[in-house]
Amino acid sequence: MKVLAAMSGGVDSAVAAARAVEAGHDVVGVHLALSRMPGTLRTGSRGCCTLEDSNDAWRACDKLGIPYYVWDFSDRFAEDVVQDFVDEYEAGRTPNPCMRCNEKIKFAALLEKALALGFDAVCTGHYAKVLRDTEGNPELHRAADWAKDQSYVLGVLTREQLDHCMFPLAETPSKAEVRAEAAARGLTVANKPDSYDICFIPDGDTRGWLAERIDMKPGEIVDQDGNQLGEHGGAQAFTVGQRKGLRLGRPAADGKPRFVLEIRPKDNKVIVGPEALLSVDELRGIRISWAGVPIPEIITGEEFDCMVQVRAHGDPVDAKARMERSEGSDVLVVQLPEGMRGVAPGQTMVVYQGTRVLGQATIDKARSTSWDSSKVS
Amino acid sequence: MMNNSAVYLDHAATTDLNPAALSAMTEQFSQTGNPSSLHGAGRRANRVVDEARTAIAKVAGAHPTELIFTSGGTESDNLALKGLFWNRTEKNPLARSILVAGIEHHAVLDTVSWLEAHEDATVLWMPVDADGVLDLQAAKELIEEHHERIALGTIMWANNEVGAIQPVVAFTKLAAKYGIPVHSDAVQAFDSVPTNFATSGLATMAVSAHKIGGPVGIGALFVRRDVVLMPVQHGGGHERKLRSGTLNAVAAAGFAAAATAVHGTLVAESARLSELREYAVQNITRLVPDAVLNGPRDEDNAGLRLPGNLHFTFPECEGDSLLFLLDMVGIASSTGSACTAGVPQPSHVLVAMGRDARSARSVQRFTLGHRTTHEDVDILLEALPDAYQRAKKAGMAADESSIHTAGTGFTR
Repeated sequence: MKVLAAMSGGVDSAVAAARAVEAGHDVVGVHLALSRMPGTLRTGSRGCCTLEDSNDAWRACDKLGIPYYVWDFSDRFAEDVVQDFVDEYEAGRTPNPCMRCNEKIKFAALLEKALALGFDAVCTGHYAKVLRDTEGNPELHRAADWAKDQSYVLGVLTREQLDHCMFPLAETPSKAEVRAEAAARGLTVANKPDSYDICFIPDGDTRGWLAERIDMKPGEIVDQDGNQLGEHGGAQAFTVGQRKGLRLGRPAADGKPRFVLEIRPKDNKVIVGPEALLSVDELRGIRISWAGVPIPEIITGEEFDCMVQVRAHGDPVDAKARMERSEGSDVLVVQLPEGMRGVAPGQTMVVYQGTRVLGQATIDKARSTSWDSSKVS
Repeated sequence: MMNNSAVYLDHAATTDLNPAALSAMTEQFSQTGNPSSLHGAGRRANRVVDEARTAIAKVAGAHPTELIFTSGGTESDNLALKGLFWNRTEKNPLARSILVAGIEHHAVLDTVSWLEAHEDATVLWMPVDADGVLDLQAAKELIEEHHERIALGTIMWANNEVGAIQPVVAFTKLAAKYGIPVHSDAVQAFDSVPTNFATSGLATMAVSAHKIGGPVGIGALFVRRDVVLMPVQHGGGHERKLRSGTLNAVAAAGFAAAATAVHGTLVAESARLSELREYAVQNITRLVPDAVLNGPRDEDNAGLRLPGNLHFTFPECEGDSLLFLLDMVGIASSTGSACTAGVPQPSHVLVAMGRDARSARSVQRFTLGHRTTHEDVDILLEALPDAYQRAKKAGMAADESSIHTAGTGFTR
């Protein structure tokens, strides 16, 4: 196969490319330039598309004896990932920009260009598996190493996208093995630190970064009964489940910490309350996609057992899901018998059956039977 | 996959070492001696440098004392622009404007920007026409209106992207009327078209060795004998105190050998390359009707365009897609300019020529050199139509992907 290896400059993508080469594929390395200011230097372990990353990716390709190019997707990234991130926060939701990048950049803009230029697949260093059913349809599964598993951030991929994905790290028992393999192959990135946080916020200060881009105004912080407790500098800077930075002078009546329960950008209000009220029992998801051929219940609208995960490194929770079809838009309704904590609108819920990713939806509403937030005015 | 380019069409980026340069340098590499030393070994090294200086000056139509060895074109441009600016403003603090055109190489543009940001320089932008040639009338008007506050002017001899040869002599005449010194970046033009420093009217002229088959890492700045520059680099006082640093006798010998060898065949080579270029232009426009030649056509090699330069806009495709596809079949080309991280940027030259930023991304440059054959051009002609169709299908990076996802209305 002709394979395009997306090279971030990190150890995972370098080893993935090496394995693709070793498997006999015709591999070309491509580094994505996503920043509007390419060629800047890396600070700490953060940042992306820096000069070092580009050089590291080039060196890895040189070592592997494969061609290397830098392709510019900075315009699309700015619109589909960065602006989307700002818009979502502005609307009081909590987005996952890495998922959006996978959905729109790596496995859409890049994949489309790759296919047009004659490639059969895009290879990345993600820890996830693509398996085929008896009819050859792709299925997305968790990686062998659950600790490193990244199937969550790939949960947004569709059948069309999965058909052209290659994840050579799928069966790797651990990250340590990837580093050892990189060292054995003479790849200089073997000991490069993992990258964390959001690549386009180099100093990691998401709140400060948002404040420069969103027009925030002071507003009220109220409790679960609507009583005013204090003021905030802008509702959009808060996230559901957040405990720190509320700056409420008075302690709660029970002396226990308070958490953000809900953000209402329209009223510029932040609702806080005890930990117990963070638990939700029902999620309603929109912007749905299925990772491969949907299971029959999705078509029939019957309820089905599944596991739901709402963040990249969160634990999956038992759930019952059902497609609710209404005029114009479908909603994925998920019941959580044991409840789930700290769920924010805007987050992606990925639906699993065993190791298989069925699909995903963006959480539009999270409901709690113990507390009806609509009563807070 | 192919890693080395069988068909090398990027001679404007660099070209291979001329055999005469290789042999001259091989001879010098084993020799010891600092050209500034006073003993026999030093005198021997100094003779090598002196002979090189004389030979290169002769090729450039300059006096040997006018040649300052530098590390290359970029350093020469920096020394000329900063040196002229500082000298002029020292004499007249009010003369802080620099006449410059948007088609200049980054070595000039970024130096001028630096002077603007740090030395209170102001820029007077001189327009170019749709072919990338300096608008002399506009330049004249700018000079007449602002001559009292103009420190210097700069105009490249030939553009590195679209190959347009500039009216250097006519421009220096306009500037001379008001005593304005003019610098020229002649890196692409030197030893490709006649560049006579003595008759150019220029104050300074920058050239580089590796563009003509000399080694990388050496170049020269020609400085007219009556022109005073303030040095950028200080030290032992080498090169008329304009450029301190131990002289590189080995590289100077290589530079001189290449310059002399290339100069000897300049007329015949210019005719051969322009004929090959014309053959390519006719066939590229026939095989890819959408392709648009940028820069002056110059069918008869009348000195309007660098003889080996081909530069096209291939509409609605990314230059880097085309470069990739050609590279895959062993053809080396260029998209024009890339930043240090290797990211292709829209061509500032095309933007200066009035094209929009989007189409300025859809360009490809092919530069022919001494070893380019008819067969090389035929290989390009065979590969290009299919590569263009594919690159066009791959689309423009700024456009939204046609792959449907959850966000764009995903359907099962």
